[in-house]
Amino acid sequence: MKYVCELCGWEYDPAEGDSEGGIAPGTAFADLPDDWTCPVCGAEKDQFSPA
Amino acid sequence: MRPVEIAPNVFEVGVRDWNIRDFHGYSTPAGTTYNAFLIRGETNVLIDTVKAEFTEELLSNIRAIMDPKDIDIVVSNHTEMDHSGGLPRIMAAVGQDKPLYCSKMGAKNLARHFRENWNLKEVSSSEEISIGSGRTLMFIETRMLHWPDSMFTYLKEDGILFSSDAFGQHYAGSEIFDDQMDMSELLFHAKKYYANILLPFSALIAKLLKAVGEMGLKLNMVCPDHGILWRKDPGVILDAYDRWSRQETQNKAVVIYDTMWHSTEMMADAIVSGLVEAGVEQVRPISVRRSHRSDIMTEIMDAKVVMVGSPTLNNQIFPALMDVLTYMKGLKPQGKIAAAFGSYGWSGEAVKLLNAELAGMGFELPEEGLRIQYVPERDQLTLCHGLGMRMGLRAQGREV
Repeated sequence: MKYVCELCGWEYDPAEGDSEGGIAPGTAFADLPDDWTCPVCGAEKDQFSPA
Repeated sequence: MRPVEIAPNVFEVGVRDWNIRDFHGYSTPAGTTYNAFLIRGETNVLIDTVKAEFTEELLSNIRAIMDPKDIDIVVSNHTEMDHSGGLPRIMAAVGQDKPLYCSKMGAKNLARHFRENWNLKEVSSSEEISIGSGRTLMFIETRMLHWPDSMFTYLKEDGILFSSDAFGQHYAGSEIFDDQMDMSELLFHAKKYYANILLPFSALIAKLLKAVGEMGLKLNMVCPDHGILWRKDPGVILDAYDRWSRQETQNKAVVIYDTMWHSTEMMADAIVSGLVEAGVEQVRPISVRRSHRSDIMTEIMDAKVVMVGSPTLNNQIFPALMDVLTYMKGLKPQGKIAAAFGSYGWSGEAVKLLNAELAGMGFELPEEGLRIQYVPERDQLTLCHGLGMRMGLRAQGREV
């Protein structure tokens, strides 16, 4: 499932992961490390909601 | 203009852009300013710079107080080019190795904007640095207000908040402070600024105001990067931001429309009379081709009702109206009721399309809208009047 950042609107797509944050494609949002932040605006994980 | 000492050893060294009339899609009939601040003491501090083409004027303002080489640290509250554009030349004059303080996202952004090998010092919220002379700078991250990198710098002992783009206005006069200006004019410019720049971040602003309130910061002066500085009563702008961030609405309706052969305009007139008869205190009919989108947005921000009228042009909404709707959508106004109307020649899709646009913005649509073929007749104008009347009553929570 995709998650969207409530601050800046960036979308986390598990299929793509987050190369900048060292997150491999296929990583579910729930499996992201707790200290992972939005690559665009730096929002914390709890500021994301299901897209 | 020459620098002004706004507090002992604190100077406004920025520049006035008297002639700018369009700030990337925002109309600025009174120009704007790019404020920058210089603190003189054991550690000399420059906070923010100006748009690149004004850098020489900034340097000359700095030179009126000190040699730029004597600046010890530079703070960048916001990477947008109207505040950072002067950084390359300023850092060259100040010294490339001098510390440049910014937020974590600011460091990322500065690197992407300038590709310079600066001595970036990332700071996080509540972090403090002593600048000697009994003074302390504190940083407050304000992410997404309105860029990821945004932050405030607070001069603790003096109670001065350098608030970057928050609390600003696009206004350039000879005045420096709130007490030198007519308050209603100043608040108008501040409101337009909020409606066009900060509105989408209202929920974050409400949170920030609460957090700053809880920190118990004394605020003797609020110094934004654009326009007039608040020193007489910063509470005025803080209260206004409190209202605006809650998207408080007035007993007010805005009727925006475009028209081809005056038929939709006739409908708008009848709707306006219905709204007035329902007791709506401020009714603002606006032809979108005769008004700037940023002025329209200022009117919409505190309206409870938004009526949108468009003829159908080749099965579509009129382009000038779509310009305003696209702009409005991005600014995310909340808590409004809306209805669509329009005249048409053959098939008349505009009202249906407008409904979809308005629903997509989260407006409540209690009516299906009104479409009239060719030129409205008397009884059809009565229908328009009725639509205005019902929307006006709903806006006030009265029986329809």
